Amino acid sequence: MIGEAPLMIIKVEKLTKKYKDLTAVDHVDLTIEEGEIFGLLGPNGAGKTTLLNMLATLIPPTEGVAYVNGYDTMKDPANVRKSIGMVFQAPSSDDILTGYENLYLHSLMFGVPKEQRKKRIAEVLKLVELEDRANQRVKTYSGGMRRRLELARGLLHKPKILLLDEPTLGLDPQTRGHIWEYIEKLAREERVTVIITTHYMEEAETLCDRVAIIDHGRIIALDSPENLKMKLGKSMIRAKIKDPKLDLIKGLNYVTKVEEKDGEVMIMLNDGGSHIQEILCNLGEASFVELREPTLNDVFLQLTGKEIREESAEGEIERYARANGR
Amino acid sequence: MSELVGLYALWYREFKVFLREKSRILASIVNPLIWLVAYGGGLGAAISFGEVGYQAFIFPGVIMLTTLFTSIFFGLYIVLDKRLDFFKEVLIAPLSRMTIFVGKMLGGCTDAMLQALILICLGPFFGINYTPYSLGVLVIFILFIAAGTTSLGLTIGSQLNSFEGFGLIQSFVILPLFFLSGALYPLNNLPDWLFIITRINPLTYIVDGMRGALLGNPAFPLYVDLGVAVVFVLVLIAAGSIAFKKMKS
Repeated sequence: MIGEAPLMIIKVEKLTKKYKDLTAVDHVDLTIEEGEIFGLLGPNGAGKTTLLNMLATLIPPTEGVAYVNGYDTMKDPANVRKSIGMVFQAPSSDDILTGYENLYLHSLMFGVPKEQRKKRIAEVLKLVELEDRANQRVKTYSGGMRRRLELARGLLHKPKILLLDEPTLGLDPQTRGHIWEYIEKLAREERVTVIITTHYMEEAETLCDRVAIIDHGRIIALDSPENLKMKLGKSMIRAKIKDPKLDLIKGLNYVTKVEEKDGEVMIMLNDGGSHIQEILCNLGEASFVELREPTLNDVFLQLTGKEIREESAEGEIERYARANGR
Repeated sequence: MSELVGLYALWYREFKVFLREKSRILASIVNPLIWLVAYGGGLGAAISFGEVGYQAFIFPGVIMLTTLFTSIFFGLYIVLDKRLDFFKEVLIAPLSRMTIFVGKMLGGCTDAMLQALILICLGPFFGINYTPYSLGVLVIFILFIAAGTTSLGLTIGSQLNSFEGFGLIQSFVILPLFFLSGALYPLNNLPDWLFIITRINPLTYIVDGMRGALLGNPAFPLYVDLGVAVVFVLVLIAAGSIAFKKMKS
């Protein structure tokens, strides 16, 4: 209908999850529109997965409510589950079974009508380009193939919402790029709303229409990646200066912010690089200069004073062991 | 309807996995054969009960042991499922926890029954002669053990988070249930303490029922053995359903 407000397919009010001495998710309010690719960006342990698991009815919230596709996750979990598809952080396909069998079992468990099963399985296999390998055991798949199979499985029952928990964690950059292409294709062709958790800046920037930056269980910023970055300025200069004269720089009208930390100066500009000459002349003797556009990492750094840490080696090993532990 | 289809899916998965893990099937057949041939053959050279050879005497007990081990460990494996994200995929399916429990339980029962079936075929080599009646009673009792102990394993497994407790379960659940059941010895002439314990152990009645049907001379009437078996299964299925409802994901 014309003039109707866009449908809020996810609505979260004061959603909170407390464990003994840890508040994993802290009074989160959030609305997500139908058809969005929405990113939850934050460091490990920020509460992204906990938030996602609450939306998926896997864990009950301590406080607050979440509506998924209009259904209350606590009061109507069965309908919520019918509305969502989920891809988990760790491999969740059965590696003793073939790709096809994994999809077939999913179609049975998620109530895909009998006459549609074969057709849907063929469709999603084509979507992730796994037709050739469908009848081989998942054991023989690469990490990227397995992830693709799980993406396909998440879509099998035509969910309105797809929840992806770190969909490219532990994959090499090339495979990661492919998975992004698939996710975009899925969102477009299957018209699903995608909610994705990630701690890869690039992933959030490339894929997401809007990004919520999460730290210590709270949303500290929420906007499109462009707008988030624009708040810092159009470009930024990072420089190593012996005796920086910052007062003068701060007075310039196109400078939005100046910071000094560990002998490095960061200057945010609401303009492109056209003023770099003037700034450098005024700044003092520089041993290193970098001019670039701000990234989401800079946004995160500004908001929290720390970087989004890349995954630790230990986490990677643990994940590997978990995946191969059977 | 959709719950029934889901039930079938859960069962189908366990069945497929069972068929593909051939080493597991082999191990589960060799284990009871060692009991029957080495232990039964060795002790049987010195002992027999009237007309009945010792190997034939322990045959129902060894079937019970195999079923007990297979079923309990099948149930406990849910700990591994929970550690992998595989089980979350099942938990977010629009199926009730009761369906998930029953599906798993039926999968475990099928595994145990198929293994038991192979053993049953080997019975004649150990002095067992079947009649349609004795075979029927035997299968029913094996089904009761499988359903009950799979439920027991699932109940315990759903509440555990690691494998650390597995050794304890072997020492405090499986071995006592087996050795205190009369699987290896007759139930008369026992010392008082053992007499009492065997009468408390529900598996005693199941072994007695099987042995009675195969070899005659049961210690209890068949309706007592069957009654205890039915109660045993119902209690453990109820416990399992409750445990699955409470299970954290």
